[in-house]
Amino acid sequence: MNLILLVLAGIFVNNYVLSQFLGICPFLGVSKKVDTAAGMGMAVIFVMSLAAAVAWLVYAFILEPLGITYLYNIAFILVIASLVQFVEMFLKKAAPALYQALGVFLPLITTNCAVLGVAVLNMQKDYNFIQAVLNALGGAIGFALAIVLFAGIRERIADNDTPKAFDGFPMALLTAGLMSIAFLGFSGLIKL
Amino acid sequence: MANPLKLIKNGIVNENPTFVQVIGMCPTLAVTSSAINGIGMGLSTTAVLIFANIFVSLLRKVIPDTVRIPCFIVVIATFVTIIEFALKAYLPALNASLGLYIPLIVVNCLILARAEAFASKNGPVAAAFDGIGMGLGFTIGLGVLGLVREFIGAGTLFDITVLPEAFPRTLLFVMAPGAFFTLACLMAALNHFRNKN
Repeated sequence: MNLILLVLAGIFVNNYVLSQFLGICPFLGVSKKVDTAAGMGMAVIFVMSLAAAVAWLVYAFILEPLGITYLYNIAFILVIASLVQFVEMFLKKAAPALYQALGVFLPLITTNCAVLGVAVLNMQKDYNFIQAVLNALGGAIGFALAIVLFAGIRERIADNDTPKAFDGFPMALLTAGLMSIAFLGFSGLIKL
Repeated sequence: MANPLKLIKNGIVNENPTFVQVIGMCPTLAVTSSAINGIGMGLSTTAVLIFANIFVSLLRKVIPDTVRIPCFIVVIATFVTIIEFALKAYLPALNASLGLYIPLIVVNCLILARAEAFASKNGPVAAAFDGIGMGLGFTIGLGVLGLVREFIGAGTLFDITVLPEAFPRTLLFVMAPGAFFTLACLMAALNHFRNKN
């Protein structure tokens, strides 16, 4: 039961983009069209769950036994960077159709701070393996949900006249602010 | 070598990371609930940026082109780890309020962007000044954002109460949505100013 709540909390209550500001760069950068936003969302769900699992294993079986947990940051970012590279090569060979859909988004994910953020959070909160993966999965679904909704709104806004000074980023930020207020409504819904 | 003052001005004004390049948005929005947090984050990032720039510049002839990004990331992560320990030891309160966002300086796109675009093509002295300029530009962006949000949301500036007790606080501004609104309005104001000129 608690595990289901952990996923739901990741999606709604602690939404990484809208309440914790992780992964803002892709959120603002690849959200002009719903299709590309959905592609980015799928890629993040895939990589983030995998990265959280591998980072947890590296922490528990390499860093801790050797007593070098202070190197966690360097270890995690290297794990994520090489994992992304590996996933890219693997998809290219094994699932070209999926690669076509996600390919361009994969390199961008290395610098998506939500991926590193979730690995660090899992470590700080002492989650076990299953909790760590589910926390990442929930967070990633939350990211995908937020970016797809946001892209939908931006598509509509693009057809309208906005004040000239607000063109581009300011308008996107205002929209994100309103969405963030909407997601504030979920706070306190789940206490973990 | 380019003029050091020019490099610093370029970072603060012409290519201000926050308002012109719009990069490094995660810490910009996340930690600016107060001016002190914003400036603390800005200065920590500046320190990492200067050292990372210098080392990337020194190593630019050694690092093979094909694996340069992982190499840059390792250099950056090393300095982030050093800064993290320094903050933990000397400024534990600031470290606690910045929390998760200190290790996340590693993935601040600003630092990687400067390593790739400037430090890997210029000498160490120029790279250091570029780091100082960009870092200060970033710090100013975060500081301004923090000042505005703290003033409207909590009625204080640098933790000193300036608005009378009876004046209503708009709590929303120190919460997540306020970060988006404040940055949107500041950017729109700058755009307006630029369009006029």
